Amino acid sequence: MSAWEAVIGVETHVELGTASKMFCGCPADTTAEPNTNVCPVCLGLPGALPVPNERAIEMTVAVGLALGCRIAADSEFSRKNYFYADLPKNYQISQFDLPLCLEGSLDVEVGEQTVAVGITRVHLEEDTGKSTHLGETGRIHEADAALIDFNRCGVPLMEVVTEPDMRTPEQARAYADELRAIVLALGVSDARLEEGSLRFDANVSVRPAGAEGLGVKVEVKNMNSLRSLQRALAHEIERQTALAEAGEPIAQETRHWDEAAGVTKPGRSKEQSSDYRYFPEPDLVPLHVGDEQRDRIAASLPELPAARRARYRGMGLDAGTARLVAEGDGLDEVFEEAAAAGADPQAAATWLTGEVVAHLRRTDARLGATPLDGAALAALLAMIDGGEVSATAAKAVLAGVLDGEGSPREVAEARDLMQIGDAGALEAAVDEALAAHPDEAGRLRDGDMKLIGFFVGRVMQATGGKADPRMVSDLIRGKATG
Amino acid sequence: MPIDIDLAYVARLARLDLTDEELASYEGQLQDILDYAARVQALPTEGVPPTSHPLPMRNAHRADEVEPTLDREEVLAQAPDRDGPFFRVPPFLEQ
Repeated sequence: MSAWEAVIGVETHVELGTASKMFCGCPADTTAEPNTNVCPVCLGLPGALPVPNERAIEMTVAVGLALGCRIAADSEFSRKNYFYADLPKNYQISQFDLPLCLEGSLDVEVGEQTVAVGITRVHLEEDTGKSTHLGETGRIHEADAALIDFNRCGVPLMEVVTEPDMRTPEQARAYADELRAIVLALGVSDARLEEGSLRFDANVSVRPAGAEGLGVKVEVKNMNSLRSLQRALAHEIERQTALAEAGEPIAQETRHWDEAAGVTKPGRSKEQSSDYRYFPEPDLVPLHVGDEQRDRIAASLPELPAARRARYRGMGLDAGTARLVAEGDGLDEVFEEAAAAGADPQAAATWLTGEVVAHLRRTDARLGATPLDGAALAALLAMIDGGEVSATAAKAVLAGVLDGEGSPREVAEARDLMQIGDAGALEAAVDEALAAHPDEAGRLRDGDMKLIGFFVGRVMQATGGKADPRMVSDLIRGKATG
Repeated sequence: MPIDIDLAYVARLARLDLTDEELASYEGQLQDILDYAARVQALPTEGVPPTSHPLPMRNAHRADEVEPTLDREEVLAQAPDRDGPFFRVPPFLEQ
């Protein structure tokens, strides 16, 4: 029904996981005691000179290559001038007209649809310090002071800017998710939205559906989860569409997402780009990335998430499961080991994304911190296939393995969960069940086969779930007809 | 060719609090600088690659290694105001 369509571009800031800061040797650790990781360079003291961190440059080139960008052989840092108390130099060293990476593209899957999101640029800059506004009411605009911690100031910050190629909040979320997966696969950041090491801002406008030009752009900030990114965009598009339909103007502004209220609110007014008075950073010499360096970084790139998902689908996984395994914390490693050890890939993936993830959630544990490896998972699946443990008992065995009680066989034996596959023992259990319920046993012998299920249940109960239900069923059927 | 300068605006961007006399005096000086730049701009530069840095140097990097940091007490002692381990400054978020 809507005659309006949204146009969305996303800007992503990624704190790079280097050991030291971008332009000085202070530890790039934002969780340290406040103001302990500081030096004359990141405090902006007079006379201090910046020296770029080579590792941060290589990480940025790696991300650029993963996003299909052209790597600029020659680029440079620029000064972005503005006054803010969390940036003591009164300028941020960033990149302006000559960024490291340009003109890439990222394919993003949304349901059955694939959207190619153009990557305008990937550049490198420095993060600002952390500020906390203090006030008796606790409300920012009534604060009477701000407290500053400069530990984060100067931490390498990579910015990835897209073309306005997305049309729905779902597409923007899928893009953000895919970019996060790439960043994690490359190991260049811990990419935690809640902690702010990955930050998404979105530029949103609306226009009549099918129109060519762009409407007035609003920048939406302060979304600290993928879910809130999607919610914030949905709200903002709704807000702009209502204004547009009412013929009211849309102000070009920055708006902040209020997670609790579920609305965007006006933030500080955005200065014009030219007000930043960018100019080439005179304290730094130009950057050069030669073909050899670029090719070396390209050759060192790990398998990217999309390629990994495609490979998993080739192994028989459905699209959803392939994504869960590829992106789950450590699931991919156990999955590949299990498959290599002969486990059926779909079965291994189902157990990993189901029972294993559920157990980790219950116990608040990480897979890497448990003893479960691919060999153990393959062994458990083989025991299920061989009829040695029932599917129900296997869940308990798995829990035992995850809790460090030993190998699947050791846990099954110690917890007395091995399936009773011995016909003699099962027959005794069946006879006992029949004797305990003479009425039902009589009706069964008279041909009421519905009662097989009843007796299977009794036997399973009597054996604590360890009987092989198929064997029990066959035995009961034999008793009924024999 | 004179270039229009809004000197009050430029001063505001630089957080300079200038009197009217200072504004008038600097306006003339800044105009001289811009006139000089205009002369440079008039030079034939066809075939000359854009040069933002005069030194024949590039890639003066450092390895990603951690170096000693400053002592926090010494650092905070330089500031006009502090609050525990933090620098304390006037509020700066616009509303």
